[in-house]
Amino acid sequence: MSSFDPYETESGLSRRTAECTVAVILLAIAAGVLWDSYQRGAGWNGGPQTGFFPARVAWILLAASAAVFYQGLRASDRVLVTWVQLRQVGQVFLPLTLYIFAIDYLGIYVASAIFIGGFMAVFGTFRWWAIIAAAVLIPLVTFWTFELQFQVPLPKGPLEIMLGY
Amino acid sequence: MENISLLLEGFQVALTWHNIAFMFLGVLLGIVVGVLPGLGGPNGVAILLPLTFSMEPTSAIILLTSIYWGALFGGAITAVLFNIPGEPWSVATTFDGYPMAQQGRAGEALTAAFTASFVGAIAGVVLITFLAPLVAKFALRFGPAEFFAVFFLTFCSFIGMGKENKAKIVVSLSLGFLLAGVGIDTISGDMRMTFGVGELMNGFDFLVVVIGMFGVSEILLTLEEGLEFKGKKARIDPIVVLRTWMQMPLYFMTFVRSCLAGIWLGISPGGAVAASFMGYGLAKRFSRRGKKFGSGEIEGVIAPETAAHAAGTSALLPMLALGIPGSATAAVLLGGLMIWGLQPGPLLFVEQKDFVWGLIASMYLGNMVGLFVVLATVPLFASIMRIPFALIAPVILMVCAIGAFTVANSSFDIWLMLIFGAVGYAFKKLDYPLAPMVLALVLGDRAEDAFRQALIGSAGDLSVFMDNGLVATLMIISFALLLWSPISELIGRLLRRPAVAAE
Repeated sequence: MSSFDPYETESGLSRRTAECTVAVILLAIAAGVLWDSYQRGAGWNGGPQTGFFPARVAWILLAASAAVFYQGLRASDRVLVTWVQLRQVGQVFLPLTLYIFAIDYLGIYVASAIFIGGFMAVFGTFRWWAIIAAAVLIPLVTFWTFELQFQVPLPKGPLEIMLGY
Repeated sequence: MENISLLLEGFQVALTWHNIAFMFLGVLLGIVVGVLPGLGGPNGVAILLPLTFSMEPTSAIILLTSIYWGALFGGAITAVLFNIPGEPWSVATTFDGYPMAQQGRAGEALTAAFTASFVGAIAGVVLITFLAPLVAKFALRFGPAEFFAVFFLTFCSFIGMGKENKAKIVVSLSLGFLLAGVGIDTISGDMRMTFGVGELMNGFDFLVVVIGMFGVSEILLTLEEGLEFKGKKARIDPIVVLRTWMQMPLYFMTFVRSCLAGIWLGISPGGAVAASFMGYGLAKRFSRRGKKFGSGEIEGVIAPETAAHAAGTSALLPMLALGIPGSATAAVLLGGLMIWGLQPGPLLFVEQKDFVWGLIASMYLGNMVGLFVVLATVPLFASIMRIPFALIAPVILMVCAIGAFTVANSSFDIWLMLIFGAVGYAFKKLDYPLAPMVLALVLGDRAEDAFRQALIGSAGDLSVFMDNGLVATLMIISFALLLWSPISELIGRLLRRPAVAAE
């Protein structure tokens, strides 16, 4: 609560916009569920049909998100999150997405080495040897813990296949 | 006295070297989880749960509950030393804990916090020991209608007693229900709400949702602030500990008040966060030194910590006796029970005596282990906070990804984790409560089954929920709680004036 100032001086996403956007998405979800449920039968046929329960819940969600939308319209237009902050979040979200993408192709160990190393190099102030040590050792310890100790197989890629695992 | 002998048998189950080793391991892991931002009780347990699938259930739950104790203890370390609540329930601990650390009394504050946690937790366990079997025995008479009524009561009290925006609580609850309903319908075998996506056939696993919403989103929030940790040094030596313990009897009434507040809010799903604030508020009001609160009063550390732990522990009571968790972490533990093939609910006390009493005995032992481990290792864990965040963040994200993958050996779950991370971030920014969603996600299927079974039994007549005295009472209390919210909000507003002013 100490950092009030940037929210008043910097530009960013206002609370009103954010509240209404989320409410609209929720309304869309509720509508989708209603469509799905009534299509497979949400009524009564010698007992509740498959869609009976979801449809009732979706009506409640529809009403609640409409209420949130109404409240959102009247919410303050103060900045909820500044563009700078949002960019910082994006700077993590994007590499994380790439990392998950890479897991499918490289296996989790190689992908993690690149992810940890890259993250440290870009966001930290580490010496090069510390980065390499962390990027190599942490996946190795993970490998030892999961594959050898707990015998839980994690996604593996070409490198592990080459090494015979 | 039957309970006592059962409890003694439970100690025999829990007191094997194997299980004690798990307690130490669990508490240590839990403290790490509690200290690190982005990892907390719910998702710490969620990440490790898949590793316990093949373990014996008693050992597995001892390990996982010990993580829970550790996380409860760990939150206080960062609150006192860094003014950063490691867990939401330690926010109130920062009010007086951090000023004490600034005055060079960090050791005293930490000892007080840990001891208070211990007292609160033991109060909760004693309650579980004596009350849970009674509740379970009573609940044995329940049919589907009664069970649905109890579920309904839980959800209503979330809405009625929650301090957040009511519409948002309802949104969170109903989203949880819908997510729980995705996939194959257990009664008719139909596919629901998959919208043609084959991977959704098995529905959303609550563990993946928890890891995304509590883990990934927390990292995103932390990075938004561009955190830099500046901590106070703490050294705890036995003399400080003993001196602090000597003062404890002075605060007897504070302990009692906080225990009661915590137990009440823990059983009803008010949760540890609300309890910690209530404990702090009560102590501030009744203490002779109330006006000095906020400037480093030891009582201001004891009160919230006792209440938070009493609540965190007694949240396990409804989970054990009725199969209805009182907190997000309890919900995750409950999911674990089902995965290990144990049906949570009153029958557990009849069919799995060893398991239940072993678990209850391990609660006593786990908290004792926790107290000593945490006192001995504070400097070590304080130094974890000095590791730069640029190293911690990717490692935590990796651990989250591994956790999500191991739930069902599916990389699709890692993508779901990412999506729920984004959802959790948006929800936290906009003050949507997350706990109701997790609870509804875990209980959704069972609530729906109970509802449909009750209605099938009555040939679709809704009057089955008013049929006998028991179910009618439960339904009436539910509706009362639901409608009582405007009144409680008014009372709440009067009680927490400072919190309102800070918004």
